[in-house]
Amino acid sequence: MAETVFAPWDDPNETPLIRFRNVTKRFGDFTAIDDLTLDIFEREFFALLGPSGCGKTTMMRMLAGFENPTDGSIELAGQDIAGVPPNKRAVNMMFQSYALFPHLSIWDNIAFGLRRESSDKAAIAARVEEMLKLTRLEKFARRKPHQISGGQRQRVALARSLAKAPKLLLLDEPLGALDAKLREATQFELMDIQEKTGTTFVIVTHDQEEAMTVASRIAVMDEGRVMQVATPDRIYEAPESVYVADFIGDVNILAGTVKATGDQTYALGIENGTVTAVSERPFSDGQNAHLAVRPEKVAIHTTAPEGTDNLLQGKVLDIAYLGNLSTYHVELPGGQIIKAQTANTRRLSRRDITWEDHVWVSWTKTAGVLLDG
Amino acid sequence: MNRLSPFNVVSLTLGFVFLYVPMLILVIYSFNASKLVTVWAGFSTKWYGELLSNDAFLDAAWVTLRVAVISSTIATVLGTMAAYVLVRGGRFFGRTLFSGMIYAPLVMPEVITGLSLLLLFIGVGLDRGVLTIVLAHTTFSMCFVSVVVSSRLVTFDRSLEEAALDLGASALQAFRLVTLPIIAPAVISGWLLAFTLSLDDLVIASFTSGPSATTLPMKIWSSVRLGVSPEINALSTILIGLVTIGVIAASIGSKHAALRAKRDEQAAARAQ
Repeated sequence: MAETVFAPWDDPNETPLIRFRNVTKRFGDFTAIDDLTLDIFEREFFALLGPSGCGKTTMMRMLAGFENPTDGSIELAGQDIAGVPPNKRAVNMMFQSYALFPHLSIWDNIAFGLRRESSDKAAIAARVEEMLKLTRLEKFARRKPHQISGGQRQRVALARSLAKAPKLLLLDEPLGALDAKLREATQFELMDIQEKTGTTFVIVTHDQEEAMTVASRIAVMDEGRVMQVATPDRIYEAPESVYVADFIGDVNILAGTVKATGDQTYALGIENGTVTAVSERPFSDGQNAHLAVRPEKVAIHTTAPEGTDNLLQGKVLDIAYLGNLSTYHVELPGGQIIKAQTANTRRLSRRDITWEDHVWVSWTKTAGVLLDG
Repeated sequence: MNRLSPFNVVSLTLGFVFLYVPMLILVIYSFNASKLVTVWAGFSTKWYGELLSNDAFLDAAWVTLRVAVISSTIATVLGTMAAYVLVRGGRFFGRTLFSGMIYAPLVMPEVITGLSLLLLFIGVGLDRGVLTIVLAHTTFSMCFVSVVVSSRLVTFDRSLEEAALDLGASALQAFRLVTLPIIAPAVISGWLLAFTLSLDDLVIASFTSGPSATTLPMKIWSSVRLGVSPEINALSTILIGLVTIGVIAASIGSKHAALRAKRDEQAAARAQ
């Protein structure tokens, strides 16, 4: 039996937990969110990714209830939540600054939300202990927030926002304040806790690696609009626009005009010749298009190889050595630069390509994505 | 230890002389046995004893204390509320005007404040007494409280309140359980400031008090006009003593808190 893949967005019978319907949010003359429609499903780990000022934080604040949409509606579990104040929503938020109450102990911080809705001391204590255990903070229960480390504070903030078992947990740049090593460990911890509790997580981040690691789906945003919503691999491998291709990871973009050469196969006339690409999306002859090819899908050769789909000649302009990988910047005769990435499986001393070398770069016709415009 | 340059030694000495010599003379003469203030006739504490049996002074002290406690408490509540609205109310109509106006009484000459309050009380037909002094002191010390509290609120992380709301607290609960405990030091210093201002106010109290209520500064002022008595020196010495104790207690308290915070931080660093 094949393992069932978690993909409620492909199932027409699933009803989404959150529905943004034509939501617009304006602050005076500034449009933060522009006619946005989006569905988020139960148990999803959904990432809102974009540069600062793209509206991702505004979306999160609308879900939390700190802002209301100017137009359109937001539904949570089938209910329009516009006008419902934040303290009446089954939504909790983990703040970027953590916003731990400095005058309360870790224990009281976690119990804060529980005490607002119940006076059953035993039940509250049991739930707090459960949260402390989940986030491995038992030892620190009596400490104040300034008496623990940054990573521990982050876990307290998570425990506090999960204590009320919200339908939806919002995470605003949750790992921004942690150093790289701790951030990586915490990402996996977050995924683990999300799986254990079965809560729907919506995370706001500008760190694409973080979004790729934790999320089941990513919404790439720009200037108040969602550019693409898809799983991390689709976002990376099949971007729908030059913006998305360029925003996520490193990419070579080649501009030219298209000519159909066969079934779903097109020739793109670029400055340095013609390259071939396969595209399921139809293009008409003479249309302007861009080909996006990831550097790791481009091979670099010292002699012209046989039987490649696309082959271009150039000279090595720069080599970025990253330890495990090297990225070669190859300048084509017209000045365009193609980046080719190879894994450094051999020691550096045995590398046979160096600056100013004349080399060939090649990629297959299915390696790139043909994009409009 | 750094050695001070001769210039610094001179300026330090002059500063302290200017500040404390007058008070020192007053304290010394309060223990003077002679009734003549300027003639030293040996050590005695009899003026302190006489002070305790002087009903007029005791009454005035009692009035002053009541006025100070009540007016500073009301001023703290109103001033904190005003600060909260001005800092947190968003951009409502007239906000700039209001926040500018809250500072105006700070620079207004006391004579003008006193006179305008007097005219108001006469206008509305309020009998002058303890009540009118309380109202007057509340009015001017409220601005000081508001300034102190709003400067704290400006640096207050708004997301703490949002977190409280997000966790199900009402706006009032968020204020009571989160905001107020955190800004409490500023509110307390606001109260202390208002209390001190009320305690040593002479001008406004003179305008707004009636025959039934005389505050201590008024009493001292009126007795000095008939000649400085050793009793006044004794009274002033007691006031200086109280203020000194208060200042020392406050600084010990804050030093203690700073030490504890430092210890906590070290404990946190070890825990990482």
